[in-house]
Parts: sequence; C-alpha cells; structure tokens
Amino acid sequence: MGITARNWREYPQRYRMEAAKCNKCGKIFFPPRLVCNECGNREFEQVKLAGEGKLKTFTVIRVAPSNFIDEQPYAVGIVELTDGVSTLMQITDCDPDELSIGMRVKIEFRKVQTEGDAGILMYGYKAVPLRE
Amino acid sequence: MDKKVGIIGYGSYIPRNRIKVEEIAKIWGADAPSYKRGLMLREKSVPAPDQDTITLSVEATKNALKRCNIDPKDIGAIYIGSESHPYAVKPSGTIVAEAIGAVPAIHSADFEFACKAGSEGMFVAHGLVKAGLIKYGLGIGADTSQGAPGDALEYSASAGAASFIFADHELLAEIEFTYSYMTDTPDFWRREHQFYPQHAGRFTGEPAYFKHILGAAEGILKQSGTKPEDFKYVVFHQPNGKFPMRVGKMLGFKKEQIETGWLVPTLGNTYSGSSPLGLTAVLDVAEPGDRILMVSYGSGAGSDAFIFSCTDLLPAAQNKAKLTRDYLDKHQRYIDYGTYSKFRKKIIKNN
Amino acid sequence: MRDVAVIGIGMNEKWGELWEKSFRTIFVEAALNAIDDAKIDKIDAMYIGCMSGGLFVGQEHIGSLLADYLGTGPIPATRIESACASGGLAFRQAFIDVASGMSDIVLAGGVEKMLDVDGGATTYALSTAADQEYECFHGITFPGLYAMIANAHMHKYGTTRKQLAQVAVKNHKNGSMNPRNQFPFETDIDSVINSVMIADPLTIMDCSPVTDGAAAVILCPLDLAKEKFKDHPVIQVIGSGHATDSIALHSRKDLTWLSAVELSGKNTYKMADKNPSDIDVCEVHDCFTIAEICATEALGFFEPGKGGMAVQDDVTAIEGKIPINTSGGLKSKGHPVGATGIAQILEITEQLRGDSGKRQVKDAKIGMTQNMGGSGGSSVCHILEVK
Repeated sequence: MGITARNWREYPQRYRMEAAKCNKCGKIFFPPRLVCNECGNREFEQVKLAGEGKLKTFTVIRVAPSNFIDEQPYAVGIVELTDGVSTLMQITDCDPDELSIGMRVKIEFRKVQTEGDAGILMYGYKAVPLRE
Repeated sequence: MDKKVGIIGYGSYIPRNRIKVEEIAKIWGADAPSYKRGLMLREKSVPAPDQDTITLSVEATKNALKRCNIDPKDIGAIYIGSESHPYAVKPSGTIVAEAIGAVPAIHSADFEFACKAGSEGMFVAHGLVKAGLIKYGLGIGADTSQGAPGDALEYSASAGAASFIFADHELLAEIEFTYSYMTDTPDFWRREHQFYPQHAGRFTGEPAYFKHILGAAEGILKQSGTKPEDFKYVVFHQPNGKFPMRVGKMLGFKKEQIETGWLVPTLGNTYSGSSPLGLTAVLDVAEPGDRILMVSYGSGAGSDAFIFSCTDLLPAAQNKAKLTRDYLDKHQRYIDYGTYSKFRKKIIKNN
Repeated sequence: MRDVAVIGIGMNEKWGELWEKSFRTIFVEAALNAIDDAKIDKIDAMYIGCMSGGLFVGQEHIGSLLADYLGTGPIPATRIESACASGGLAFRQAFIDVASGMSDIVLAGGVEKMLDVDGGATTYALSTAADQEYECFHGITFPGLYAMIANAHMHKYGTTRKQLAQVAVKNHKNGSMNPRNQFPFETDIDSVINSVMIADPLTIMDCSPVTDGAAAVILCPLDLAKEKFKDHPVIQVIGSGHATDSIALHSRKDLTWLSAVELSGKNTYKMADKNPSDIDVCEVHDCFTIAEICATEALGFFEPGKGGMAVQDDVTAIEGKIPINTSGGLKSKGHPVGATGIAQILEITEQLRGDSGKRQVKDAKIGMTQNMGGSGGSSVCHILEVK
C-alpha cells in the first residue's frame, strides 16, 4: 500500500521531531525544507525540536475521519514548542474539559494511526498536559 | 573479565489509566474483597488506545537517557522483552531504536519468554557490554499484558515498561553477579493467533513460580556467598501481591526489603515489565553501597537473578527523570469497564 | 488588457442531494442555464473548478469530459483546482483568458458531486485540502481546523459563541428567500448552539453542508457585451485578486488572521481602484460561521477582532451597512466545493442586475466575492460593477 513508504519517509519527523534550522536567518522548519521562506537560503542545520510547549489553540473532534472513528472524541491542538516552532498534534491522556489555551504540554511517543486491522502501525508525537 | 559492568541509565513508564478490582469484579459477578485479599491487589494500570509495548518502551528509554549523558548512537544493542509485541512479524526494537535515534549501527532482537523476557533483554545487553562487543546495551521489559475477560488474569494484567542502559563506566549500579535457572514447565502459555494466554491454575504456583524463583535466588546467593541480610532491597517477579511476599519470606527476606520494589498492589502485573519496574522503583531511592537482589520469573519456565551494587553516582541521577512511584501514585485516571473494554479492544464490532 | 464582463449566469434549479443526477449532468445543466441566460451560440474556452472529482466520483480528466457532454466542440477546457477556492479560481482564469485577448466567449464553471460517497469518505476527501502529513495524519478535520481558529479568535478578541451562531442565523434568514438553496429555512441562536457538536465549539449548524451542485457563468470582452448582449445590465469585472498562504494552519503567525484573504482582497481593491467602504454587497466564504467573521475582518470591512460584533449588530444583514452573503452563503445554499466560487459570482451578478427579489440589496452597484481554499491556504476575490 502507498501508505507504507509515505509514512516511513516521515520517520525522522514523526519519531524524533527532527527539523531544519536555516544557516542564515535561524528560522526553524518542521518538517525540513529545501529553501528558507524567510531569506531564500538553501543551507540548513539539523535540529531536534523541544519536548515541551504550550497550547496555542485546540478543539475536540467528535466526528472523525474514517481511520480515527474508534478514537472519537479526541483533542487536537496546535502546540508552540519552547523553541518557537508551532505544529499540530493530538492531545492525548486528557479530558476535554481540562484543556485551555496557554496550557503547558509535553511531547510523548504514541501510536497515531493504524492501517486497518492488518496494515502498518503508524507512530508519532502527541501532546500530553503537563501535570507536575 | 573483571571489568565492572552495570547500569548507566534507567527509566520507567506507566500509563495513566487505572481500573479497580471492584470494577472488573462487578461485571463478572465475582467477589471483589476476596479477590483483593487473595491477590493482594487493588487496581491495575491500563494502556490508552494509543499506547503499546513500543510506545511505552520509547518513553521509558527516553527517561533512561535523561539519567545518563550518552549519545544514543553509541548504543550497540537493543533487546525488548515482551509478550505483547504489537507486530507478530516485524520487530519492536527497530521502531524504538529509530525513535531514540540509535540506528543504524545497532543489533536488535525482540525477546519473548512470558514474564521474564525483560530480564532476558537486560541479561544479554549486559553480557555484550561485559564481553566488550558493544559500548552500551539497552535492555527493556515492557508489556500491555493480556488477560482473558473474566479470567483471574484480567484483574492483574497491566501495562508498563522499564528500560536499562548498560555500560562499563559511570555506573549508577554495578552488576556483581547473575544467575539463571530454567526448566520446561508449562504453567502458562499463549498459542499462535490466540488473543489471551491460558494458564494451569494452581500449577502456576509451587512447581512453577516458587520452584524457579527459589532456584535462581538460592543459586545466586550461593554463587556470591551472600545472605538475605546482605541486601537492602529485593525485587521478585510480582504476578500478584502475595507471591513475592511469600517467596521472600521463604528465602528469609523481610517485608521491609521487599516493599520498596513491590508495586503490584496498585500497578498490577506488567508481565515482562514487572520485576524490571520494581527495580526502577528501588533505584529511585537506593543509596550508594546498597545491594539489590532482583529475581524475575517467566512461565515456561525460568528465572534470571541479578545482584546490583549501587554507586556514588546514583543519587545525582535519580531525579533527572520522572520517578516510578510518581507515575504510579500521581494523576491516575480511573476508568470504568466499558472504557476499559474499548481501550483494550474487547468489543467485537464485526464490521 | 481588455475589460471583461459577465453576460450569463446559471446553476441547478436547486442544490442539495441530487440523487438522480450524475456529476456530468449537474454540470451541463448549470452550464446550459448560463448559456441560455447569455444567449450565446458558442464558447471559445472553458475553465471548470472542481476540487476532487477523483475522490468523490472517481473522475479526473474533467475538462474534456464536460466539454464533450456540453457539446462545445473540441475547445480548450481546463480543470482548475484550489480546494474550495477552485470555482473562484476558475472564474479568475476565465477572466484572464478574456482580458488577455486569447479568447472571447469563455465559460467559467464549478461542479462537485459529493454525496455519492459516505460521510467518512467525504470527510477524508475534504481533508485532502489540508496538509496530509502534518495535519491530516493526526486526525484533524476541516471543522476541527476552523474550530481551532474559532477558539483562538474567541480567546484573543472575546468573540462569543453567540456571535458565531448569529452568522448562521443571518445566513439562513437570507437563504430562506433563495429557493435554489439546499437548506432554505430559518433558524435561531439556540438551535445553532444546541445542535450536534462536531468540533468544539462548532456544532453542525456552524458548518456548511455537503452538497451536489454546479454553477456556471459566461464572460466576454466588455465592448462585446455592450454591443451584443443587451438583455441584461452589463456587469463588469473590475478587480481580481488571488493569494496563497501556508496550507498548514500551524505555520501561520496569527491563527486568527487569514493573510491570503487579506492579500487577495487588497489586490482586488487595488485593481478595481475601490475601498472596502465602496462595496455594496459581498459574498464571503462562510464554510463555517467563524470563517465569515475572519473573512470580513481580512477584507477590511471591520477591524481585526470586530467581525463578531458586526454580525451581532446586524451590520452584515441585507439592510445593514455591508450586506454579507445575501444568497444565504455556503451555510444555507450548500457547499459543493468546486461550484461555490462560481455561485458567489452568480449571486453578485444577480444583485447588480437588480434581480435578487426579496434578497435585493437596494441600489447595489458594486459587489464583491471572496472564495477560500482549505483553512485559508488560498483565496480568490473579485469585484463586479454594474455599468
């Protein structure tokens, strides 16, 4: 199936949150790009994104795409990591009522999707509310 | 071969969800108080639908890496012991190694030996470091244990992971001795394509758990010339609360030596993660010079025993990652049997 | 560059669940209505907005198929895709074609047949307008993306749940006077707030529906329109603007601000030499209630954060200072994604012709459309003026 290679290609980002930092202007891209959209530079340094951040916004999905129906309701949010990079992810291990904009979260490695009962398991990053 | 080898980093992970014995007992018409008394167990951890042996292993290993200052690329071997590897064919180890950034110069195998697969991974990873074949070795015990609905195992089968990085320098705890003890004893098994394990009832006791733990413990005490009073802590495989307490007493250990690593009353039986998780809870509080005996047990059947001696470096490492008791005792979320059934995919949708 | 006019408009008699009619049929029906309205006997070229013929009906290579079934002969026919802005962009390409002098009579159409697949497949097909690997992979949906915009807007500006609902109430009120609409009924604030939750805080009544439908318009040089097509008032396209933004919502600095809408609007105003205050009536892309609030702010009708208050104060009602979505918007009319941008042109053309009946905005001379793709990754605007 087409999904196998497509998912495998993203492992550095999904598994380890590897990003690219522009050598010239310092902007961090997640996922990495070939050209910086700030300064046009084409050289980057590989960096790993921070493991913590805060919720910029969120929602609770109650009508999910086919592949996520068993998980609904589930929360999805945009997390701004401490290095300033924002990216979208599920917020797991939480009750929708406890979520708020600005809430601190940390990144955990979780199963994000499965390809049916017999296909591949797709892992990646999710956010978990920081409860310490 | 007199170089010192031991643990340079360790970490644990326990899911947040819990289910109480009462909640399970009420579904099956069982008597909760007698189960709780009989098993010495009140509740167990439950993996969320997005957690499995692989995700628990990654998080436990991230904690282990926080406790040592090493480059994951220097890890030469990764062995994950579990009886719930998510794929029947396709390694868990590759995914965990990829997630922690330890690929590609690394050896890996997924282990299965019922509940002692985790200590097997520890044994082999440590052995390769001792042999000088690798710089660092990673041994993980992790499970999202299966117990058939209504079976006694359902009250205890839980989820968690413990991860240990072995090295020959900067040790938090040295491994002084190891000893393994094994016979062919069919007390518990799961056949190919079966969802849940079967067990031989009371046969899992004397000829299985007790014989092998006693065999391994007595063997390592004799080999090392030590006595129970030489140990500050002892950790046994803990399928329920009662067995480890009883086997400890049989060997001459006191309750105080057992209690620190005795997580089962509120954790349940994490199968391959069981005694390794107990060890992490001990390492979280142990002091330099403390000696720890750990004896695993896996049905089928066998035990691995280890004697650890804690070093001066341990205290500084303890708080660099989340403590096992913090995972166990803080922010738990209690779920009902319906949610548990959904999480554990016990609901037949037939679509 | 030549001046360009709209001389014909058409859509299906009613949008909605068109079970008996196929993809090609609904398009040809709308196109024939436009051809008849314009009273033309030939088409030189056509541009068709369609987001996902492939996922909805398994059909790509749409330009040729529809030219064949429309009986145009072997003309250049191009399928245009920019997610939900496909229709608006098809119109812009047609405009450019005529303006450039390449073609004289050009049809701009849009079509989507969405109800042949089940709900999960619809949600999936629409989600392909978001970033597959960094948004959809995580289980986000379009209602979910706009719900996150709504939460951010409410947090930043104090926009209220009630104001969101008022967008739906207003658009359904307008739509109740538009019999072509899929849902031409009125509703009230409580009904909107208390309907089924889709993605917090948006309920199903904050969302535009899933729709089968098509629309088409005919463009030609302004001079030709004045000379030959005198049945209707001449409607000139005086401004066209198109802009893009990251399709991933999380890549934007301000989650409440639709930059592509702002930029496409500015470019359009500039070309038309008009200001927001010159606009008499406007159709914006209200795929969700929050989208209308954000779009009206980005188009400069209101200060950032004041869009919700404007709805509350009836500023955007038909009798208000700047009537928004007199057709009923996507909310009431239905949202066959590829057709939506063309139907907006149709509504504004009718308004400027003075043909909108009960929905007519008094003395409407200048009208605007704003059609958006994804969560704001593309936006196309046009300004039309009656000559």
